[in-house]
Amino acid sequence: MSAVHVPSETERIANRKKAKPGRTVRFRIKRCAGHGKPASWEDFDVVTEPGMNVISALQRIAANPVTSEGSRTTPVVWDSGCLEEVCGACTMVINGRVRQSCSCLVDEYAPEAGDVITLEPMSKFPVVRDLWVDRQRLFHSLKRAKAWVPIDGTYAAGSGPKESPDRQGTRYALSECMSCGCCLEACPQFTIEDDDAKWDESFIGAHAISQARLFNLHDTGKRLESDRLEALASKGGVSDCGNAQNCVKVCPKHIPLTESIAAMGRAVTIHRVKKFFTSKK
Amino acid sequence: MVNKPESRVIVVGGGLAGLAASIRIAESGVPVDLFSMVPVKRSHSVCAQGGINACNDVARQQGYSEYQHFDETIYGGDYLADQGPVLEMANWAPRVINLLDRMGVPFNRTGEGFRDLRLFGGSLFKRTHFSGATTGQQLMYALDEQTRRFEAEGRVTKYEFSEFLWPIVEGDGENKRCVGIVAQDMRTMQVRAFRADAVVMATGGCGLVFGKSTNSVMCTGGAASRCYQAGAWYANGEMIQVHPTAIPGADKCRLMSESARGEGGRVWVPRTAGDNRKPADIPEGERWYFLEEKYPGYGNLVPRDIATREIFDVCVNQNMGVDAGNQVYLDLTHKDPEYLTRKLGGIMDIYEKFVGDDPRYTPMKIFPAVHYSMGGLWTKFTPGSYRPNAQHGLHKPGQVPPIDGEIGRGMSPGAHDNAMTNIDGLYAFGEVNFAYHGATRLGANALLSCIFDGLFCGNSVVNFVTAGAPSERPAASLDQRLFDECVSAEQGKVDRLLQSVDSARAADEATNPYRIAIEMGEEMTAACTVVKTGERLTKTIDKLAELRERYASVCLGDSATWTNQSLSFTRSVGDMLILAEVIAKGSLQREESRGSHYRLDFPERDDERFLKTTIAEFDPAGTGPEAHRLTYRDVDTTLVKPRPRTYGRVDAKAEPAKAKAPATAGAAS
Ligand SMILES: Cc1cc2nc3c(=O)[nH]c(=O)nc-3n(C[C@H](O)[C@H](O)[C@H](O)COP(=O)(O)OP(=O)(O)OC[C@H]3O[C@@H](n4cnc5c(N)ncnc54)[C@H](O)[C@@H]3O)c2cc1C
Ligand code: SF4
Ligand code: SF4
Ligand code: FES
Repeated sequence: MSAVHVPSETERIANRKKAKPGRTVRFRIKRCAGHGKPASWEDFDVVTEPGMNVISALQRIAANPVTSEGSRTTPVVWDSGCLEEVCGACTMVINGRVRQSCSCLVDEYAPEAGDVITLEPMSKFPVVRDLWVDRQRLFHSLKRAKAWVPIDGTYAAGSGPKESPDRQGTRYALSECMSCGCCLEACPQFTIEDDDAKWDESFIGAHAISQARLFNLHDTGKRLESDRLEALASKGGVSDCGNAQNCVKVCPKHIPLTESIAAMGRAVTIHRVKKFFTSKK
Repeated sequence: MVNKPESRVIVVGGGLAGLAASIRIAESGVPVDLFSMVPVKRSHSVCAQGGINACNDVARQQGYSEYQHFDETIYGGDYLADQGPVLEMANWAPRVINLLDRMGVPFNRTGEGFRDLRLFGGSLFKRTHFSGATTGQQLMYALDEQTRRFEAEGRVTKYEFSEFLWPIVEGDGENKRCVGIVAQDMRTMQVRAFRADAVVMATGGCGLVFGKSTNSVMCTGGAASRCYQAGAWYANGEMIQVHPTAIPGADKCRLMSESARGEGGRVWVPRTAGDNRKPADIPEGERWYFLEEKYPGYGNLVPRDIATREIFDVCVNQNMGVDAGNQVYLDLTHKDPEYLTRKLGGIMDIYEKFVGDDPRYTPMKIFPAVHYSMGGLWTKFTPGSYRPNAQHGLHKPGQVPPIDGEIGRGMSPGAHDNAMTNIDGLYAFGEVNFAYHGATRLGANALLSCIFDGLFCGNSVVNFVTAGAPSERPAASLDQRLFDECVSAEQGKVDRLLQSVDSARAADEATNPYRIAIEMGEEMTAACTVVKTGERLTKTIDKLAELRERYASVCLGDSATWTNQSLSFTRSVGDMLILAEVIAKGSLQREESRGSHYRLDFPERDDERFLKTTIAEFDPAGTGPEAHRLTYRDVDTTLVKPRPRTYGRVDAKAEPAKAKAPATAGAAS
């Protein structure tokens, strides 16, 4: 693989200004028939259009899957949904760094004709096919963290707890997590685990730790605080985090993950101490 | 009965409507099998930005009421919605908000800690609840979390990456009943039948029929089309909402929510065509705030169809668009940047990311794009009881008659047929249900209708499976043959598509599914959106017939027997073509203008002929447009009487300026 480059913000702005529509850009895509099967690279040349993002380039490739060498191949498989960075579906590794492909503009990454953009599936989840991975484990972590408010039921029972705008602001920021998995891809402590029987004991992940914090901050959500702390105190919980802080750097929603991890780390310690004393009685 | 098998319900779709339904049904003790093409948390509903409407105490003290919300919805929809369901929805809205609040949705708060409110289109009262500019995402997450809770308890079983292919229907004519579905796993490609005592379709809209829209990639309408082809009626297909403010892109048109205008955003163009100064350098007096000028009352917050036609008129007919293109300014630069971040951060980010300018300092450039389908599967309801003469805000829905005499208003809570299609046991909730929005949907009413359907009509589903036909003849007791036959029919379709892979024809554009989809989208956008004419629509119907013919020999690009995305896409293209025909034919036959449906050759509303629901019925034996039989049903207008829908336009006499050519929404400059 030739080294490709992730442009900085200043470079992206500059690239956008200089990029000319109608140039040909090369996509180098890692193809794989499924988890455990061998992977190989294929190149595709795509003529750019104004405002083109990686997804629209993939759409052009799907419509006419011919490689740069001119041989016809199968359409590339990928995952997407909203196309505006709110659903989290389209996460992949672009030029070596994990991010959403829908918000990745070709002009910003490949401003000159002949520039190369590489696309790879995330490595921490089993590949379904090509760029599509199976992220069930990420949702499973949310079950471990009991990431919900235990309401009595859905029949009318008045409004929820009053809340200060500050508290709302804090919760809103945490609640924007779209389960995209970038934080897990970047985390050295989170490794691929395709045996779902082991999910309960492997590292729960920064996203779920942060969700535990979110629900502990809600007046009714708090009722499950000790269950959540128990889950975070056990194997694969918050102490597995090595504090590498990679997660927070790649989170597209700027979730304060390290803050959440620190807060939950402290809460788990207090919870352990409390438990120690209450169990002694 | 001995050993009566447990009833089960299938919910297809995990957007707001599907999740609300799953929660309510599972909570009532009936297990739910929940199917979705994507992990439910990634459903299209996460895109919703602006908010959700409900009467509230503050508005009430200012003279607003549930009844007024109802009236606005009917007036906004140009009287095309039956009034019973709309009344019921408006009445339940405050309870829906309270529930979401209890689930922990981080609604924006006032200084004192109450839920904050904003203005939205079609109302002069603040009655829209919101969570920044990502309200849909926040509501989705709350319902997703509750669903996960039921999943953890084993009461909801999720089938994600599973595509609904066909409803399994037993019986004939009036006795038709839906008893399950055929679905395909999108990874293993296995086609299987699943039994159920009732099936709820909550599969959302069909924006992709128009190629580029504000919708997510799975919003093909394929599922609705399959139900239609299986005998369910499709209603008001021609009612497609074009949203006034979106940014055109290579793959989709990204919405800039109506909340931008609700928070004070102003739409304008330079008064002099060709004025190419920077917007900030154009003095106030040289800007044309055309919406505010024409609609002094509602200003920038007229309903979407009106704003869209005005923008279209300014750009296309008067050539007054910014930089001589199809675009106008949506300006928020007069507002405090911090305020904008707090209230509209989500859309500010989208604009900045995709366009490169910061809308806090530079006015956005926007143009209309296809956004929402008011049309959908036709559904029934049982009228309830309501006191039309009671003081606003006091009446209680669902009270047992006699209350003040009048029976036959609203919907009857728990009646088996609420939101049920013409096929027993097959329900339609959310955007795929035609019932609430008539000829134009008011902003922030969709999320409400989705969740209302799930909760309110969810009870109807429970009552149907526990006390209706399934209690006599549970799906689990039916002969396996019916299910096997449906599976082989669908497997046959899959095999035929797989066999169409042919390297010799691969480069042929005529039979390329992607090419066919692009041509369909372009044609539909050109002829079936902002301005329609009979002449143009006739051509569209011919074009669609041509595309259907080409589709008959479509050539698939991938023969893989696992994770074959092209197969799923190609299948949906065929289904979209069918819906496109329903939309085009409905547009052609509705010779009037009403709400979002504007016919240049019939510019007036014609209540005499068309205060009627269009119902399409599919005839499998018919070819091309003949396959769709359109009939018209009267609309119930007993509470709110039709009045001219002008929104206080000052030059109300001068009809919307003559449009030149059919619209090309979403294809700006
Ligand atoms: C950009 C944008 C902003 C909006 N903002 C607002 C707003 O502020 N306020 C408002 O009230 N409304 C808004 N709307 C409208 C509103 O978001 C939608 O009408 C609503 O979310 C639809 O929800 P739903 O539950 O009906 O369907 P969706 O959320 O579309 O969900 C459909 C579900 O069906 C599944 N599905 C579809 N086909 C199949 C199949 N064949 N097999 C299996 N599963 C299938 C999908 O996987 C998905 O889970 C907005 C819409 C858009 C596009
Ligand atoms: S801080 Fe913890 S969770 Fe984040 S990347 Fe590092 S090890 Fe992983
Ligand atoms: S925390 Fe951020 S990176 Fe991690 S899943 Fe959530 S949104 Fe994605
Ligand atoms: S497609 Fe939804 S985040 Fe990219």
